[in-house]
Parts: sequence; structure tokens; C-alpha cells
Amino acid sequence: MMRLPPCGYIAPATLAEATAILRDEGPEAAILAGGTDLLAKMKRRQQRPSTLVGLRRVVGLRGVRGGPRSGLRIGAMTTLAELERHEAVRAHYPGLHQALRSIATPLLRNAGTIGGNLCLDTRCNYYDQSFEWRRAINFCMKCDGDVCWVAPGSDVCLAVASSDAAPVLCAFGARLVLAGPRGERTIEAKDLYRRDGIRFLAKDPAEILAAVLLPPAGRLRSSYSKLRRRGSFDFPVLGVAACLRFDRDVVADARLWLTAVSMAPVQAEEAERALVGRPLTGASIDEAAECAWARAKPVDNTDFTVRWRKEMTRHHVRQALGALTSSVRFA
Amino acid sequence: MARLVKRRVNARPRRRAGILARQAGRRPGPVDPHRRVFLRLHVNGADHTIAVAPHRTLLEILREDLGLTGTKHGCELGECGTCTVLLDGIPVLSCLALGLECDDRPVVTVEGLADGPTPHPLQEAFTELGAAQCGYCTPGILCAAKALLEADPDPNRDAIREALSGNLCRCTGYIKIFEAVELAAKRRREPRAAPSRETLFGRRD
Repeated sequence: MMRLPPCGYIAPATLAEATAILRDEGPEAAILAGGTDLLAKMKRRQQRPSTLVGLRRVVGLRGVRGGPRSGLRIGAMTTLAELERHEAVRAHYPGLHQALRSIATPLLRNAGTIGGNLCLDTRCNYYDQSFEWRRAINFCMKCDGDVCWVAPGSDVCLAVASSDAAPVLCAFGARLVLAGPRGERTIEAKDLYRRDGIRFLAKDPAEILAAVLLPPAGRLRSSYSKLRRRGSFDFPVLGVAACLRFDRDVVADARLWLTAVSMAPVQAEEAERALVGRPLTGASIDEAAECAWARAKPVDNTDFTVRWRKEMTRHHVRQALGALTSSVRFA
Repeated sequence: MARLVKRRVNARPRRRAGILARQAGRRPGPVDPHRRVFLRLHVNGADHTIAVAPHRTLLEILREDLGLTGTKHGCELGECGTCTVLLDGIPVLSCLALGLECDDRPVVTVEGLADGPTPHPLQEAFTELGAAQCGYCTPGILCAAKALLEADPDPNRDAIREALSGNLCRCTGYIKIFEAVELAAKRRREPRAAPSRETLFGRRD
């Protein structure tokens, strides 16, 4: 049996209590939401928290409030399965719905939470391995070692952002509520991430992601396209999230985010500019795909070859944007 | 270098300021990693109170403390699905559920599917159609399929395929499993329903 390393456990009943415990325990404590990522990593000794702070009993962290007109407030402990089944998400935020359905398997989505997915650990071929495997290469800088095996000259860990929900929420311009020992603050979803595979979350260890605020659906149209090896169950090797607002036929506002090509979700701004101010046509989509291709800079640390992954950016941008219009022909 | 790394890896958890503060009585603290705590579990309709260390998973507790070895351990990393149990009626992976998180919640394992000496319709259908070869994935698949049939009494092939997509079977190729779930669903409506011709003879005519 693969055992968890011994650790303490506490299940506070309020957010204030939880943040106070996290502050007292220091960075060695870990927040336990669904446990589907953290517990597996603990078994492989990639993480060894001294104490797990379970959020299961904290009141008010679970469930979805609001509607497509006013925007949704999604509690961070809402499971991915609950969110996937939510009528407003399915009907008005299709990009998020598609991303949720592509996460892991139904069994894992029954336990995994939206907050946990947004705070998902970054992944790398040299890190997501058993303890014995990692010891054989004398570990890497993300855990127990001091060198990056992907790029030994790199000062920074290059592990990739692998959340499917994160690029979609960035594209929606969603906001996140962080509860800390000194009260709550609200940040843009994109500001949660840093381009550093080790310290990939721009939040204090004592802060807890409490809720996700989705903007009113309005005339937003969204989609998500994901590249992975197995269609049923895999982390993204590339994810493209698109969110467009139309003014009649013309694209008034465009947001295009890529995931799994860097340590944080990446905004393809040039591609967005190529879309805005004109109807969504095959030509504009091709132009955006070209810009996004230039923006994607994967490194050799996940499945598939780097060149092919970069090449597939064009295809998946076309797929994500093509899904937003029914009458587009490609050049 | 190697020695340095090894020492860090094997180091015991350090005592932290938080623990000292708690001992002074400021706030109820986490369960000590090296002490057992009482846990109330409702497994297959029976209540158990057992003393467990906080880092034990539900799978370890079921198999080792309660002797319910019907739930299998496979990859133990959430990849294979053979440890699936129903927690609050929802199929989850017991290898990735902390025992203490299941306090006071109903758990159903494969041992709890049968009604006394009468097997569950799914178990009957799996036996009748040979929907198991080595059988290692079967307990997890039965639990996942039970939850599916409770949510959707008449699932189509795609719904079954999706509901079981987290349960790996390396023997059967899944077809017999899908057919067994379909037969069990059919028998909920017509108890005497026979397997389809395609299931028995491999073709429809």
C-alpha cells in the first residue's frame, strides 16, 4: 500500500478560524479541499505538509448563487461535478462547462472542487513521478533538489499550469475572493497566477480562495478546446479558452487564453487584437491562430513533443473560435 | 549533495510555534500526527467507531481496520478507479479520501450492494454475462454503475460509457460491462428480461 506521510488534521467550522490556523501553522500547513491532487502528491512525497486544514466543514463555501443576469458567485468548495450539472453554467457559460467536463474523470470530479482546480499544483515530467524515480535523478528544484532538469540553466521552475478551469475564468474576466487573516480581498482571476512553477499562486499561504465571481453572461460567447493524449482522462497538454462579446456581427471584445504552455495561463493579446472590430470570419480566425501560435512557448516537460504541441496551438485556436460561429469557412 | 538532500527528505516534522500556542490553550488545534483519534463511520448500514491516525485514507480503514477487502487497492493515486465507493451516495475514490473527512457520512462498498443473500441486479447481470475476467476492477465498477442507475434508471450507452470512464478494466474491453449495466437497467423495469441477442450471439439477426 502507498501510504500518506503522517500529518496532522483539523477541520475548522469558519473561514476566520481556518485562516487563523493557517497563519499559526505557517507555510508547512496545506489546505485540503477535495484532496484529489494533494493526497496523491503526498503519497508520492512530492508534498509533505505538517497539517492538513480540511475545508469540508466551513459553512458557506459550497454552492452557486446568482444567475446569468447578475453573474454567479461560486463557492470554492463546490465540486466540479456539481458545477458541471448547474443549469446556468451549462446554458450561459459553455466554455466553463466544456472545461469542467474535460477535467479528470466523473469519479474525481465528484470529489475535486473548483477552488482546488484553480489552485492545482503545476506539473512537470521530472516532478510528477514516484519518490524513488525522483531520488534516482537527485530530485529537481520544485521538490527536494536544486536544479531544473528541463532547462538546467534556468533560475526558475518551468513546471506547467495544468488547470482547465483557470484559462476559462481568466477569459471570462472572473474575479476571485480570497479570505485571509486580515479579511477578504477580491482579485482578478488572472492575478492569482505567477510565472514561477514553485510559487505559482500569488496569494499568501494563510489566504483561502473562498469564491469565484463570474460576470453576467450577457452576450458573451465562450468555448474551450483541449489537447491531451487520452480523450477520457488526462491533464491538458494545451488548452485554449476563448470568450467573445459580439455587437451585432462584429466582435466587440475578445479574450483568448492558453494553458499548459507556461507556468501560468497565458493571454494571447495579439490574437485578441486580430479579432476585435470585425466579424468573426475564417480569415480573422486564421490570423488569430497565427498570433496565438507565436505566443505559445511550451518547453519539453509534459506529454508529446514540444514542436508538435506548439503547432497544435493553431489548430486548437481555430477549433475554439470556430465553435463560436456556425458559418465560418477556413482559408 | 546527495547526503544533504536525503537528510531533508527524512527529517521528522518540526515542532512549530502553532503547536506551542495551542498547548497554551489559545485554540483547539489539529489532531497530532502521531496520535489516533476516534472516527465514526457508517459503512453499509452498520455503525463503527474506530481509532485511526489522521493520515489514514478511507481505503486503508475499510480494508485494514474493518476487514472489508471487497474494495480493492490499485494505483492508489486516483487513476484506476478500482477503489470506488459510494460516499453520501456519490461514487468517489476511497484512496484519495481522508478517513477523518468521512466522519459521520454514509459509505457503501461492494459488500453493501447485495440485499442479504440476494445479489444486487447489477451483480446478477455481471455474473450472468461474464462481465468480469480477473475481476479486480469489478467492485469499483459496480459501485459507479449503482450510482448511475440511481440517477438515471435508463441510461444509454454513452451515459454508461461516461459514468464508467474513471474505472479502468484491462481485461474485458468494456463491452460486456456496458451490456451488463444495460441488462441490469432493463431488469429494473422488467424483472424477467433476457439479455439481447447481440449480447448472447454477437450479432443482431
